[in-house]
Amino acid sequence: MKMSLPIKSSHLTFPNRRTLTPALLVLTPLLMVFASACGGKKTGITPPPATSQAPTNNSTPSAGRPVISEFIAEPSSVERGQSAILRWTVTGATGVAIDHGIGTVPVTGTQRLAAATATTTYTLTATGPGGDASATATLTVTAPVPPPPPTTTTSTTGTIDERVQRELHDALFDYDSNSIRADARAVLSADAEALKRILADFPRAAIIVEGHCDERGSAEYNLGLGDRRSTAARDYLTQLGVPADRLKTVSYGKERPTCTEASEGCWQQNRRAHFSVGQ
Amino acid sequence: MRKSIIVTIAALGILGTGLLLGQDITSWIRSTGGKPALAVIDFRSAGSQAYMGAFNSTLFNDLQNSALFDMKAKSLFPLNNPQRPEDLRPTDGGAGFALADWAGAPVNASHLVFGYLAEQNGVLALYGNVDDTRQSDSQSAKLLAQRYAGTPDQAGAIHLAHEFATDIIKQFGGSGSLLGSRIYFVSNRTSKKNNSDIWVMDWDGNNQQQLTNTNALTIMPAISPDGSRLAYTSYATGTPNVNVLDTVTKRTVPFYNQQASLNANISFTPDGKSVYYVSTASGQPQIYFAGIDGRGFRRISFRDAIEAEPKVNPVNPGLLLFVSGPGPQQIYQMSSEGVGVQKVSNGEGEASNPSWNPDGKHIAFSWTRGYATGNWNVFVMDAGTHEYVQLTHSEGRNENPVWAPDGKHLVFMSNRSGTEQIYTMLADGTQVQQLTSKGANRFPVWGVK
Repeated sequence: MKMSLPIKSSHLTFPNRRTLTPALLVLTPLLMVFASACGGKKTGITPPPATSQAPTNNSTPSAGRPVISEFIAEPSSVERGQSAILRWTVTGATGVAIDHGIGTVPVTGTQRLAAATATTTYTLTATGPGGDASATATLTVTAPVPPPPPTTTTSTTGTIDERVQRELHDALFDYDSNSIRADARAVLSADAEALKRILADFPRAAIIVEGHCDERGSAEYNLGLGDRRSTAARDYLTQLGVPADRLKTVSYGKERPTCTEASEGCWQQNRRAHFSVGQ
Repeated sequence: MRKSIIVTIAALGILGTGLLLGQDITSWIRSTGGKPALAVIDFRSAGSQAYMGAFNSTLFNDLQNSALFDMKAKSLFPLNNPQRPEDLRPTDGGAGFALADWAGAPVNASHLVFGYLAEQNGVLALYGNVDDTRQSDSQSAKLLAQRYAGTPDQAGAIHLAHEFATDIIKQFGGSGSLLGSRIYFVSNRTSKKNNSDIWVMDWDGNNQQQLTNTNALTIMPAISPDGSRLAYTSYATGTPNVNVLDTVTKRTVPFYNQQASLNANISFTPDGKSVYYVSTASGQPQIYFAGIDGRGFRRISFRDAIEAEPKVNPVNPGLLLFVSGPGPQQIYQMSSEGVGVQKVSNGEGEASNPSWNPDGKHIAFSWTRGYATGNWNVFVMDAGTHEYVQLTHSEGRNENPVWAPDGKHLVFMSNRSGTEQIYTMLADGTQVQQLTSKGANRFPVWGVK
């Protein structure tokens, strides 16, 4: 007895297949041309292999063989952890069994598949007096949409300008001095670690160490003083392992104050080594 | 030596006053008397009077600004104002056609400046005279009688006044004129993003023009002694470097900058063939000497300190002033080979911005002496005796004083108005004039053209 092919393959209804199809339609002839070109003069097209979903029973029915008229997973695709059922209808069988630990089942029935964890292809085997027949059904298990990663303040995101502005802090100096103070040592140590991260994430970037002064000294002298401050900060950072060839120095003297009031609070903010991104 | 100079000056009489000014500026600054007393009549034209207001005010201002003269008030003048030498007579009963009428009260002028203008064949002619009012003989009274020609318009009339004033100043021993001199400075008035450019203006603040368009921070200009080259510090490449400009073509002239985080603070030698500047090529801000194109550079300072503002003496090129530490910045001197370092300022406060008077003997500079750090005032010092005079008195910050080519005026930057602006004044601290008002204006230098 012949059997029809009522088996629904989960692959045929996989949603992605629709989006892939046009591309495949275009690609397939191209690949064929490519393959034939590579294969020299061979012009024959290799037939696709037989699908695994095809029933393995003989296409020529013989008396006494069971007929599997239905063997499907419903639904054919679930998210991980959801349940599905297998449904089957067999006639002419003396025994029916399903693998994957389900075992012997009635000739017609359903089997609940709880908490599916992975895509599984089930094989039903029907035994009859005149021989065996088998069919497969595949339950596709898709991963659920992953939750977004936890919101983070770690500094591994953003442009290099944003990161330099966010992660690097000014080292401050005493008046007419380029000595690295205790508070500036702490700041520069943190800056060194941040610089290593930033420079690793932006392997072609260079960072500029700017030297600045308050408005009180003369502009000309301050140009030299700012150079000494940027050099002192650069040297401190390279001692902490920041690659020297990735740091450049520039003095702005008192030409680019960050604060313009005539007060010590403001002057202190201006006496600084500041970081910017090299061009 | 000084005694013999004074004897010579006394023998020269009134003419010697001008020489004295050149010889000893400190005493000139401190003295108020002894200047020639000028009566300058209002000149009239034989044709249109349209330009005469501009002519008369220009002539008066040039003479007054020279600081050589005691300018007599026109309200005291007698009725008759001579226009030609022929107008003068031995006596006029105080009415004005006699020199004696100007020498006595109430005018009390030692010299009368008179003449007239006339348009002849499309040319504006000036007939200018200066007579000594105390001479009885008309020939010996004559100090200057000169004809000048210009274009028959307002610009021509102003130019004639400048020329005549220049000759009068020279006649009285003035060491130079401001005629044609220009002030170069840094302004941000049209620049974006905290940048700045070099500007230039006539010495009286007229005709302000943008000279560079760098789209970068541009600071610290220097002008060559002949006014042909302008050097400045530019951040156009990201770090401060020296740029040089031809002031006539306004084109960049090549200058070799050393491999360094900083090349700046340039100044020219008196012959205009070489420069001094500061570079960090050694890792420290140090002074270098180089050719006008930056080639053949040579380090000449070797102290463990920040060194800035090398300024070579205009008369003795072997003497260099500079500003340095350690400790609060002070003015030092050394030879142009970098030996014989000596402190010039006395260690009080901070001292900076030295500028040589063209006489090579006097220094204008900024000093915080007597005030809190950062409160700069302009001082003038005798480089030999270290005697000093304070010219500004904490009307805001007063920095970057630079001598005019006449050796009698100074240009400087002050924020007394609330913003940084350019001012000029006489070297005795009087006749302060604000020249700029748009944007922030800094780093003035005074060129001969």
